[in-house]
Amino acid sequence: MAVIAAAKNRKRSERIQKLVVYAILLTGAVIVLFPFLWTFSTSLKTPDQVYQIPPRLIPEPAAPENYDRVLNERPFGRWMLNSFFVVALSTVGTLLSCSMTAFAFSRLRWPLRDKLFLVLLATMMLPDQVTLIPTFIIFKQLGWVNTYLPITFPAWFARNAFYVFLLRQFFMTIPLDLDDAARMDGAGHFQVYWRIILPMSKPALGVAALMFAQFKWREFLAPLIYLNRSESYTAAIGLRTFMDETHGTDWELMMAANILFMIPVVTVFFFTQRYMIQGVVITGVKG
Amino acid sequence: MSKTPHAIIGVGGQPSPRLTHRQAESLTGFVMASPWILGFLFFVAFPMIASLYLAMTRWDIFTSPKFLGMENFEVLLTDDHVFWKSMRVTTLFAVFSVPLQIAVGLGLAQLLNQKIRLLGMFRSIYYLPSVLSGVSIAIMFRWIFGTQYGLLNGALKLLGIEPVSWLGDPNIVLLSFILMSIWGSGANMLIYLGALQSVPTELYEAAEVDGAGSARKFFKITVPMITPVIFFTLINGIIQSLQEFQTPFILTGGGPADSSLFIVLYLYRNAFQWFRMGYASAIAWIIFAYVLALSLLVMKSSRAWVYYEGSLRGR
Repeated sequence: MAVIAAAKNRKRSERIQKLVVYAILLTGAVIVLFPFLWTFSTSLKTPDQVYQIPPRLIPEPAAPENYDRVLNERPFGRWMLNSFFVVALSTVGTLLSCSMTAFAFSRLRWPLRDKLFLVLLATMMLPDQVTLIPTFIIFKQLGWVNTYLPITFPAWFARNAFYVFLLRQFFMTIPLDLDDAARMDGAGHFQVYWRIILPMSKPALGVAALMFAQFKWREFLAPLIYLNRSESYTAAIGLRTFMDETHGTDWELMMAANILFMIPVVTVFFFTQRYMIQGVVITGVKG
Repeated sequence: MSKTPHAIIGVGGQPSPRLTHRQAESLTGFVMASPWILGFLFFVAFPMIASLYLAMTRWDIFTSPKFLGMENFEVLLTDDHVFWKSMRVTTLFAVFSVPLQIAVGLGLAQLLNQKIRLLGMFRSIYYLPSVLSGVSIAIMFRWIFGTQYGLLNGALKLLGIEPVSWLGDPNIVLLSFILMSIWGSGANMLIYLGALQSVPTELYEAAEVDGAGSARKFFKITVPMITPVIFFTLINGIIQSLQEFQTPFILTGGGPADSSLFIVLYLYRNAFQWFRMGYASAIAWIIFAYVLALSLLVMKSSRAWVYYEGSLRGR
């Protein structure tokens, strides 16, 4: 009897433990989600509801026209399009240049290869600030300020070396026999890269594309210093213009713009999260 | 067979007969790595050298640079109290936010690493802030931290607590930054969760046979086994927190009274508001040296606390 009682006791304490775990997880989830909910709620409020005390979660009446104003009275739609353009152009550049470089570093033998790879790893640790000012001056001399070149062009030269590293790690898992067989059939190295390695690396390329696009979408400092004309802003720096120290911020518009800014990222995350989470776990790197 | 460069490097099929296979492979290697090599030369190596030179000059872009030698560094280190303040702000933030993010991330990962319903949902929710991090989160928190109409003070009021000036009080503003960074601990959680799942279950079974409780198992097995990952997130966290820019730029602009003036924000002011390019370059090199010194310190210490399985030790 004592044994049964003990087992029962243990089961009960296990159940209580589970309950506590769920309670903590749920509280945490609410803490994480509530700011988003609050942002959404503010984005649908009329100006007087924004400053209502005590604050209300559900706006009444709702003011969906805030979104209309953000897109039509302010050029936020334009800024979003600018961002899409910048993200697309630099993501393609990063994928091509980084995968080609990664191929050279993982599947070809050439002098200096391993030494240069150490250099590449070292550049991953280098804080961007060290190159920021001379790079700015070079682009300024080239007349590239107020164009998208400073924020897209370097991507075509594997400027974000981390992705070379990521893709190299993946390429190394593909058996070298494949290359040899293709070479026997008369394929050149470039063909091996283009016809065999790239198609086999779609998952890794996908993870790299998602991570980079996410980073690029919210990139802030570079667009801030290179883009000075309102019509060429990216969405990330356009968001900032809703803050107005002198006239007071229109919080409902600011939050509507913020929601619009989040939608593409959250949508992509929602559909690719398994993929992305896998990527973060494997590479151990924050998004 | 044509003798265009393409044919020689083997892009178009067979390498040129004039080159051996080995030579062709070497050449192709260089050519295919050239995007990065060129990018490295133009966007990293040259700017680094230029930046080192600029750090030793006074330069406002419009006139030509004036060589000063070590003066910028001397002024920064001995005379510029705003610089020291920004170093203190940045360091304080890093010292609190990095370990707390690790602890919270690890705690969440441990909670999620059991048979839990809706695991995927929780994981995605906690990771969400990392997906969006940056400017939009900073803007969100600027609204939440508001003294009069902010959500946080609204919630505190329900508990009968007086409103706090989260972003307006020099003594509190850093705490607000740290709280916000903890809110985004989900990235660490995700990394640890992956690591936890790779800890061999035999270890726990053996410990259970020996009568170890769950706390003991956590500190004697789980934590030691995932120290390589903790090490990684620690280094990464240090590097990122020392380079914090967008959040203070959006949240406070460095105020009040420079109490949230992170070092990169100070660099930005010098370079792009006051056009003191030389001085700003010197700051950049100090940031670099500081990041490097701290990273090396952590790496050195890792021998004492990071567990590497078998042959990997010492690599």
